[in-house]
Amino acid sequence: MCMPRLTAFLTATAVFVSALAAQAAEEVHVLNWKGYGADEPWAVADFEKATGFKVVNDFFNSEQEMLTKLRTNPGLYDVVMINAAFNDQAMAGKLIQPIDASKLSNYADIAKDKANSPMLNHDGKVYGVPWVWGLTAVAINEKSFDKPPTSIAEMWDPAHKGRVIIRDDAVEAVQFGAIASGQNINDIKDMEAVKAKLTSLMPQIKTFWSSENDWNQMVASNQIDIGTYWSGSADRAKTHFKLPVSLVIPQEGAVAWLDAFSIPAGSKNVAGAEAFINYMIDPKFYVEWVTKVGAPVSANTKAVETLPEDAFNRKVMGNPEVAKRIQFQAPITDEQREKYLALWQELKVNVK
Amino acid sequence: MADQLATGSRRGLKPALPLLLPAYLWLTVAIFLPLSAMVFFSFMTDLPLAEKEWAFTLGNYTAFFSQGLYLTLLLASLRLGLEVTLWCVVIGYPAAYVLAKVLKGRSREAIFLLIILPFWSNGLVRIFSWAMVLREGGILDTTLNAVLPFKINIDLMYSYPAVIIGLVHSYVPYMVLTCYLTLQAIDDSLIEAGRSLGASRFQVLKRVIIPLSMPGLIAGAALIFVPVVGSFMEPRILGGRTGTFYGTIIEDQFVAVFNWPLGAALSFILLAVVLIILALAAPVLRRAG
Repeated sequence: MCMPRLTAFLTATAVFVSALAAQAAEEVHVLNWKGYGADEPWAVADFEKATGFKVVNDFFNSEQEMLTKLRTNPGLYDVVMINAAFNDQAMAGKLIQPIDASKLSNYADIAKDKANSPMLNHDGKVYGVPWVWGLTAVAINEKSFDKPPTSIAEMWDPAHKGRVIIRDDAVEAVQFGAIASGQNINDIKDMEAVKAKLTSLMPQIKTFWSSENDWNQMVASNQIDIGTYWSGSADRAKTHFKLPVSLVIPQEGAVAWLDAFSIPAGSKNVAGAEAFINYMIDPKFYVEWVTKVGAPVSANTKAVETLPEDAFNRKVMGNPEVAKRIQFQAPITDEQREKYLALWQELKVNVK
Repeated sequence: MADQLATGSRRGLKPALPLLLPAYLWLTVAIFLPLSAMVFFSFMTDLPLAEKEWAFTLGNYTAFFSQGLYLTLLLASLRLGLEVTLWCVVIGYPAAYVLAKVLKGRSREAIFLLIILPFWSNGLVRIFSWAMVLREGGILDTTLNAVLPFKINIDLMYSYPAVIIGLVHSYVPYMVLTCYLTLQAIDDSLIEAGRSLGASRFQVLKRVIIPLSMPGLIAGAALIFVPVVGSFMEPRILGGRTGTFYGTIIEDQFVAVFNWPLGAALSFILLAVVLIILALAAPVLRRAG
């Protein structure tokens, strides 16, 4: 009397548990910036339909937060988007694992200088698959300018007092100060010049931004004229949100970054992660992303070639003149980071 | 009734144990353990994650004293706490008095509801609503310019006053509630006695009402002062470039630079400072009461 019931109960439990386990194995947990390609609903639906995996997105607001999430949730994520300058740190902290690039059919089309970047390859192993690259440059509110400025000095113009915005990020602020004072962002010799530049910028600033949404809202409510912004975000603000935003690559230069996908150590679904990364670097996804939403420049040469001749990401970003002006971010040591943070905090406290 | 209570307490702790256990279990698991872990972290050079090397150090605490920046910020936060508490008293106490002594029945319930209502909404939503009201071209600016014959420019957003406004709004219900409870408990006949013995309204307020409601005022002030000193969300969103406070720096340590040990040390220094202030203030306030 009791036995069959018990058996039935046990069977039901076993089925339930295995169903749960199966479901968990089919999920691909992705960690990325919010609104940055990987969470586009059409892309997620397309990927899920093609592969049968289910995408679960999680987000971060700073590279440090991303590293924190990886450290405090081992085994939770299967794919993580890491700025190449942080790849070294993530690998050294044993947060990511080597990727078998031969399993990614689109890997061969990635520009060789990006794919072979020493920032993403360690001991002959691939730790990051280049996805997109772009600039931290200056974006303007078109309503405030008759013609776009060419110099970074525009941000110090008293005409824009209280209408300038920069990101609340020590490294970005210091590197921006380095460009404004004509220095190499990866080898800042004169820290005092950077400090002086940023100190004189502080009274101009309205507030600090931390996410794309902050920036776009400030423009939508016409509260700012000019500020530092990412090239892909500026493109998105214009294309997707129809805001009067345009990107300026100042004559003094701009900071360039390379974003890449990695697989966290302890991932429970490496096959799913590989499929997702391969989908993300596919020209088909990129073209749809850049035309529908707006995006930075793909690291996949085939993807860029499919863009129209006059597309910003092909014409301007591919321009050799621009290439000469930009400086790619190199990894930063913890000491440098702490020094930058101390400087940034001091600047923020001194405005009081 | 008093007899029953007395015998109840004489029977000792044992019968009360089943009633106390859930609360203490919860406090142990949810507060005591994480807090002890944080104390531990605050003496470490690095977190013991991903096989990182770490050692014990006092460096996180000495960092507070070696850099003037933290002290400046702590003082700024304490000032913020005092100002917000003061405004809460100025706004909350009269409201509590009206609720307790003037209004009766239905109207009291209605006003009471209006005061508690903000509590039921999410804190972040409240702060973002203020952002819409306070900014240039926002609700306040547009409304005033539509009503007034001359042009004024109101842009309070991203300033110190905006932080004060946001925090006062968030915390004033605490003051109203604590003061209401003590004011309501004051026997009306005491006030009438004072009046009939020739005291002016002001004298009654000063000699009878305020002293008797002092416990509520103190409780409200402590409830407000402590979280405001450590607040980080409101200053960050409403303060703009002037929104750097002690709480935001602690948040940066945890979220932005992943220096939990320093963040924990800074938090415990704040805790110590707040406890010292409350300890110093207690006898003064008790005498005033």
